[in-house]
Amino acid sequence: MKVLVPVKRVIDYNVKVRVKPDQSGVDLANVKMSMNPFDEIATEEAVRMKEKGAATEVVVVSIGPQPAQETIRTALAMGADRGLLIQTDQTVEPLAVAKLLKAVVEQEQPGLVIMGKQAIDDDNNATGQMLAALLDWPQATFASKIELNGASAANVTREVDGGLQTLEVQLPAIVTADLRLNEPRYASLPNIMKAKKKPIDVKSPGDFGVDITPRLKVSKVTEPPKRQGGVKVESVADLVMRLKNEAGVL
Amino acid sequence: MSFWLTEEQEAIREGVQRVCDGFTDEFWRETDATGTFPEPFVAQMAAGGWLGAAMPECYGGAGLGLTEASIVMQTVAQSGAGFSGASAIHLNIFGPMPIVKFGTDWQKQTYLPPIISGQDKMCFAVTEPNSGLDTSSLETRAERTNDGYRINGRKIWTTSAQRANKIILIARTTPKDQVRKPTEGLSLFYTDFDRGRIEAKPIPKMGRRAVECNTLFIDDLHVPKEALIGEEGQGFKYLLQGLNPERVLFAVEAIGLGRAAIAKAAQYAKERIVFGRPIGQNQGVQHPLAKSWAELEAANLLAFKAAALYDAGKECGAEANAAKYLGAEAGFHACEAAVLAHGGMGYAREYDVERYFREAMIARIAPVSREMILNFIAERVLGLPKSY
Ligand SMILES: Cc1cc2nc3c(=O)[nH]c(=O)nc-3n(C[C@H](O)[C@H](O)[C@H](O)COP(=O)(O)OP(=O)(O)OC[C@H]3O[C@@H](n4cnc5c(N)ncnc54)[C@H](O)[C@@H]3O)c2cc1C
Repeated sequence: MKVLVPVKRVIDYNVKVRVKPDQSGVDLANVKMSMNPFDEIATEEAVRMKEKGAATEVVVVSIGPQPAQETIRTALAMGADRGLLIQTDQTVEPLAVAKLLKAVVEQEQPGLVIMGKQAIDDDNNATGQMLAALLDWPQATFASKIELNGASAANVTREVDGGLQTLEVQLPAIVTADLRLNEPRYASLPNIMKAKKKPIDVKSPGDFGVDITPRLKVSKVTEPPKRQGGVKVESVADLVMRLKNEAGVL
Repeated sequence: MSFWLTEEQEAIREGVQRVCDGFTDEFWRETDATGTFPEPFVAQMAAGGWLGAAMPECYGGAGLGLTEASIVMQTVAQSGAGFSGASAIHLNIFGPMPIVKFGTDWQKQTYLPPIISGQDKMCFAVTEPNSGLDTSSLETRAERTNDGYRINGRKIWTTSAQRANKIILIARTTPKDQVRKPTEGLSLFYTDFDRGRIEAKPIPKMGRRAVECNTLFIDDLHVPKEALIGEEGQGFKYLLQGLNPERVLFAVEAIGLGRAAIAKAAQYAKERIVFGRPIGQNQGVQHPLAKSWAELEAANLLAFKAAALYDAGKECGAEANAAKYLGAEAGFHACEAAVLAHGGMGYAREYDVERYFREAMIARIAPVSREMILNFIAERVLGLPKSY
């Protein structure tokens, strides 16, 4: 079974983001970029399936600017087999991403698509669901555990409000990865070297006949208000008084 | 040449950092207090393939350059492992280079893979008690026998000889009075560390207790012909080839240690309140740390320039030497500034900077002293008459 893993190049989670002075977006000049952490988890899961013999090939696909090749390279160093970059410098919104991924899925015919539940830059949490809808495939989002029943079905444990839910989905299906699915590995040096030799195909959105023109307009980006420092209270009575009178929550 | 890391180099830095994250300040403090070699750290570095960074791919290495090896070593030192961590693996990184460059195919196939995997542990014995920096005057003798050589002599400061099962050593094969130049007639050998023939006595020393140094007494050590690296009599030349990379590595390690020290000091200076405000609000505390930062970064640029030259196959002697000088000085001064910024706590083991300070001295002395570096620059770069 082939597993497809879409990965996105995003601002590194350690970077303190800054809003551009004209409030048109976040300043990306000279900041460290990395693979979206949820996509790392998705890649790790796919690679583990391959190591267990449950998957035969792990293909990673990224949609984005030329440097997204490096992000694909990171996934290859973790153990994925080959990559596909759909290169564009435009902003690609979730629906356009989902349409492109649908075209890739039709070409590659994977038995399973594992992807991050959301990208940490825009936090849309939409692409996986849209892709499932476009393909009319089963979906299991926010996965914290995936158990394959052969190549025909999978039991997926989902993290939902109030607990865990286990779904059985028929394959092929879309699964989106949550934080606790696994702990992704860091590539060893030999694997970083091997990744250099793995193939990455480069295509453009036009090759798939998908129009990626944005449908949304960003009107303004602002920084969240600065948080005030906390105060230490002397006693429980003091706490209750402050919650009542100052915070107004009681 | 670029002033920043490529994404692949960044991945290397992150990979090493990830290993180092598993080894806390307490771990390194403990190895220093007890003189315990950091085996679990070395085992993990070996498992991640990091020991073979600069070794050829066909023998299990990664075939990368000095630049990448420098990134690996700097990351280790900077993680707080300092020289306790860096020296524990330093020899694996470039030490086997004479074998790589001058060994036969058989020697490479036999000797390199177990070094890269961490199974074979080597030490490198050059310095001798009676010759010091004047390497061509060394007294250890290797005499030809029917099937190899018989070696007798003494070495000093040999790092990690207690743990090693292999040794690279340089010995005189032709007496000084029978060669054209004193640097001829010396040969390099790579052989088993035969404890029946080599006695290694640890030297009580100032810092880096986790990685010991030794005096070696070599008494009728028999080595087979296959132990000789390259041609007999050319050992000094082979040794020289490895000097520049070694200087660059020492430079970046010292710089990494210095960075760790000022990071600790800056943190402490933010938190320690005296006279009703953080000590770090005083310029008298800020400036030595800021100056150290500037010195470290300047030295680092020269070190990575030297590495880039080396990787491009260009002459880098002046840069490598100057980088080692500047890196060691900047590293030391940063550690000193960090101890002082901590006040009395800088003298307490618990704050680690006193350990860094003791370790920072190593790079000023070894593998070559400051004076010899300045001699080299004066003679080779400035064209002044040779002084020694
Ligand atoms: C922690 C540590 C680890 C080491 N590990 C190893 C190892 O693994 N293998 C190994 O072979 N060696 C090792 N060494 C040895 C190290 O390389 C030597 O100590 C160093 O090369 C200096 O040699 P020396 O101690 O004999 O100094 P000496 O040659 O005795 O010199 C003493 C001082 O005199 C100065 N001096 C001498 N001649 C001149 C001159 N002409 N002009 C100006 N100044 C001069 C020197 O600069 C130095 O300051 C290690 C040393 C240390 C401290």
